[in-house]
Amino acid sequence: MSEPLLEVTDLVKHFPVKSSGFVRRTIGQVQAIDGISFSIEKGESLGLVGESGCGKSTTGRVLTKLYEPTSGSMKFDGVDLAPLSQKQMLPHRKDIQLIFQDPYSSLNPRHTVGSIVATPLRTRQVVPENKTMDRVKELLEVVGLNPEHYNRYPSDFSGGQRQRIGIARALALQPKLMIADEPVSALDVSIQAQVINLLQDLQREFGIAFLFIAHDLAIVRHFCPRIAVMYLGKIVEIGDRDTIYERPHHPYTQALLSAVPDVKQAEVGGRRDRIRLTGDVPSPINPPSGCRFRTRCWKAQDICAKEEPPLLQIGRGPSAGTGHQVACHFAEPNTSIIATPQSHSA
Amino acid sequence: MFGYLLRRVISGILVLLAVSFVLFTVFAKGPAQPALAYCSKGVCTAEQLDIIERNLGLDQPLLQQYGTYIKGVVAGREINSGTLSLDCNVPCLGYSFKKFEMVTPFLLDRFPATLSIALGASVVFLTVGVAVGVISARNRGKPLDRGLQGFTMLATAIPYYLVALLAFLFLVSKWGLFPTTEYVAPFAESFSGWFKGMLLAWLVLGLFYTTAYVRYSRGSMVEALNEDYVRTARAKGLTDRRVALKHALRAALVPVVTIFGLDFATILAGTIFTERIFNIQGIGLEALQSIGQQDLPVISATVLIAATFVVVSNIVVDVAYAALDPRVRL
Amino acid sequence: MTDMHHPSSTPAFLEVDDLTVRFPTRDGVVQAVTGLSYKVELGKTLGIVGESGSGKSVSSLAVMGLHDLERTDITGSIKVEGQEVVGLSENRMRKLRGNAVSMIFQDPLTALHPFFTIGDQIVEGYKAHHSGVSKKTARAKAVEMLERVGIPQPNRRVDDYPHQFSGGMRQRAMIAMSLVNDPKLIIADEPTTALDVTVQAQILDLLQELQRDFGSAIVIITHDLGVVAEMADEVLVMYGGRCVEHGGGKEVLTHPEMPYTAGLLSSVPDLVGDPRERLHPIPGTPPSLLSPPRGCAFNPRCGYTHLVPGEMCTRELPPLESGGRGSAHLKRCHLTDSGTVLAEQLPVYAGTAMDPGEPAGPTAEPDPTPKENAGE
Repeated sequence: MSEPLLEVTDLVKHFPVKSSGFVRRTIGQVQAIDGISFSIEKGESLGLVGESGCGKSTTGRVLTKLYEPTSGSMKFDGVDLAPLSQKQMLPHRKDIQLIFQDPYSSLNPRHTVGSIVATPLRTRQVVPENKTMDRVKELLEVVGLNPEHYNRYPSDFSGGQRQRIGIARALALQPKLMIADEPVSALDVSIQAQVINLLQDLQREFGIAFLFIAHDLAIVRHFCPRIAVMYLGKIVEIGDRDTIYERPHHPYTQALLSAVPDVKQAEVGGRRDRIRLTGDVPSPINPPSGCRFRTRCWKAQDICAKEEPPLLQIGRGPSAGTGHQVACHFAEPNTSIIATPQSHSA
Repeated sequence: MFGYLLRRVISGILVLLAVSFVLFTVFAKGPAQPALAYCSKGVCTAEQLDIIERNLGLDQPLLQQYGTYIKGVVAGREINSGTLSLDCNVPCLGYSFKKFEMVTPFLLDRFPATLSIALGASVVFLTVGVAVGVISARNRGKPLDRGLQGFTMLATAIPYYLVALLAFLFLVSKWGLFPTTEYVAPFAESFSGWFKGMLLAWLVLGLFYTTAYVRYSRGSMVEALNEDYVRTARAKGLTDRRVALKHALRAALVPVVTIFGLDFATILAGTIFTERIFNIQGIGLEALQSIGQQDLPVISATVLIAATFVVVSNIVVDVAYAALDPRVRL
Repeated sequence: MTDMHHPSSTPAFLEVDDLTVRFPTRDGVVQAVTGLSYKVELGKTLGIVGESGSGKSVSSLAVMGLHDLERTDITGSIKVEGQEVVGLSENRMRKLRGNAVSMIFQDPLTALHPFFTIGDQIVEGYKAHHSGVSKKTARAKAVEMLERVGIPQPNRRVDDYPHQFSGGMRQRAMIAMSLVNDPKLIIADEPTTALDVTVQAQILDLLQELQRDFGSAIVIITHDLGVVAEMADEVLVMYGGRCVEHGGGKEVLTHPEMPYTAGLLSSVPDLVGDPRERLHPIPGTPPSLLSPPRGCAFNPRCGYTHLVPGEMCTRELPPLESGGRGSAHLKRCHLTDSGTVLAEQLPVYAGTAMDPGEPAGPTAEPDPTPKENAGE
């Protein structure tokens, strides 16, 4: 296998917590990301799912160096971005682009759509100045907007159209990797599908790799052939979509899937297994010892508090060779979380 | 909390040191020759100037002069001037050779008048301003609201000194509707005399600030009334009055308190027009006179006092914030 | 509405009939809700589904009497336990609010007052409807309510402020607040939208459990079809301020008769089926409520108008009437056998209705298939 486009190894991001005393000592660390490793092949999309506070958005920001990583490496196209200064990072920036969640606050309301999309082209001087507007119109057309509307302002557009503008801007520099942080969660249901389809078309057409960060498990399943599940700053399970959704091994993945209300589940007579977690996600400032999920886990035993389960390859059975990894002392598949028509007949 | 306060007090002291140093440098290096002010009729021979400068310590290096000044503020000092030798007690802000008085006790003497103006006017503009703002916000869009807004707009457009002057000329001098304005010590002399003497100043200054407080409190009240939690409160079946006065007003007051802190500090530092027009011997009037006389120790002292009030009020506002909003931890 | 046939004829706790809500604004009249009718019985859950601007929240705020009557025109009838609420004096309305009828709002962080303790906020509603409540009783009531909604250590947490609670606990506290006077009708407006999935599941379970124990009627307003599928006995789909489909929960979600409902269903990905299959979005954007389209509000986005003869869809508002699946299932669509058509075409429901020559202006979403016009 050729070298992956992005290889993240033991990435850590801690935010210091300061005391409120006279001398502002650091009294703790918010362990937003605590040693995660994953890789993305060229043109592949990896989904990153988890609940609020699990570190999925922080991961996206660290990868674009909006936050400096605390430790670990992130090799992109053979270059480790982690130690680079903001200046050294500059040549790599065009290859990694971000799509934001909120299409209202991520576009400057005083700039025309044309100048928003043209800004990356101008700062990078990737096309001659007299060709910039042609390229902008081309980009607007690619994302399904009327190219003649380049001189309108963001406020003239609906939420879905604004998200398209943001995508056109991200697309301008022909990135190799797009980091989409909840790209559709602010949109109406009927509009979400339009944007998802657009992103899929772009991915296929331009061979862009995606890190797709979302809390919506159904959308992630639809968009990403490979999915990583995060809990409190750790990846607890990673694998291809069939494995994650049909044979989840980690109790948290199982609980997460079990919690998703789904129309089709109602159709096939509801879930066979209903897992309800109690309580809330613990604070990332003082996460539980050992396995971070143990405080809410029905399988937890003494070892879970003492030893942190490593993310291990699951090598037996149907998951062998799919790169399926689980971090659990008691990992075992549960095939009855989602009542698929197939599993009904099986 | 304690650590926070300590940090704020120390940074406040640093600010004051910076202000005083800039002030000191400007006066020392500026075009106004301080010593000249002490010559009779402003004319001195070079020898006389030298003597005065030596007496005042103006021949010493700037930093040393500044050090002496700060030492005086913190620990007191002895002021020598030719034949004169005076003890200047903490906080020593210098000696005015114009008035032949120590600056500190002199200004302290004037402070109660200014404090009286500030307190009374604040009572007026806080109660009237917030009340009118709340009424306006609760009736937003209606004729009453529009009328109140139009009126405050109009009132803001008239210069304050004109209002004050007209009020004095007509209400006191011409029609005699108000007693003559003056400062009477409320405790040492007569409480009712104090109240009568200050009343017009309070009303005029208070109503002037009221226009601004109507705007602030209306704005923040309108915002608060649109909050989700206000809708929740209504959904519980509370009366509109309770919803407005408990839920919305509590939140609306927070920004008003911030502005009030700074306004109060500014008024405390001296209200020049008010004191001048209503003839109240406060700090503002002294500042005005000292500028006319180039009485540098008094000018620096008033500036330093004003800066102190601003620094202190900022800290007080932050503490008040924490008291009002449980989310804020110091 | 004369063409309204209710799925059930037992006396209902809440009866909404021909409700119309209008907001006059400088730009024109916002036709937020038009001719809405429904009933909810005790012990039952009605799910109202719609996108932003569909009128789903506006109609429920009308039930609570929470609109500013000086800026809102409300006509029609809303009967709570037989009592007419439209036009009721503010004083009488207040006696209902938070008492027999209560509401749970979407975002518990903004819906709770940041300056008052959880306990105070719970008890406030109790005091509003009970006179002479002592401090001790009030506190005991707050603790009891927190316990009922599953907050651990309620004795201690009662004195906490909302910011000291997690998102899920805040929504539990919000529910405790709404339950304090044992309401017979609970209106939950997007109660779980701001929450994580595992917490959402907890909250939905809690609502169902409380309904089982106390037999209240629930109206749950949401854009999430999955939530409706789990919670609702009956579903009402709103579009452009009107009810466009109404019937039994499972019935509507599995056999939609209105192209909009079918469009919603096929545009959301789910956890079963082939993930590689392309989504079928509804083209365009929801209609403007200032100037809704003539005829059926959905006609500019509908892929089936060509099947209806005589350009009925753009000319005439379809009535809300029962389709081919019995009198309990109402649809607002001119297409006579829409249920069958939709069942056949559901997977290929695609946005081909938009005129490609139409400019994608501020209100019209562009053609969602950029590949065709990308010209690369």
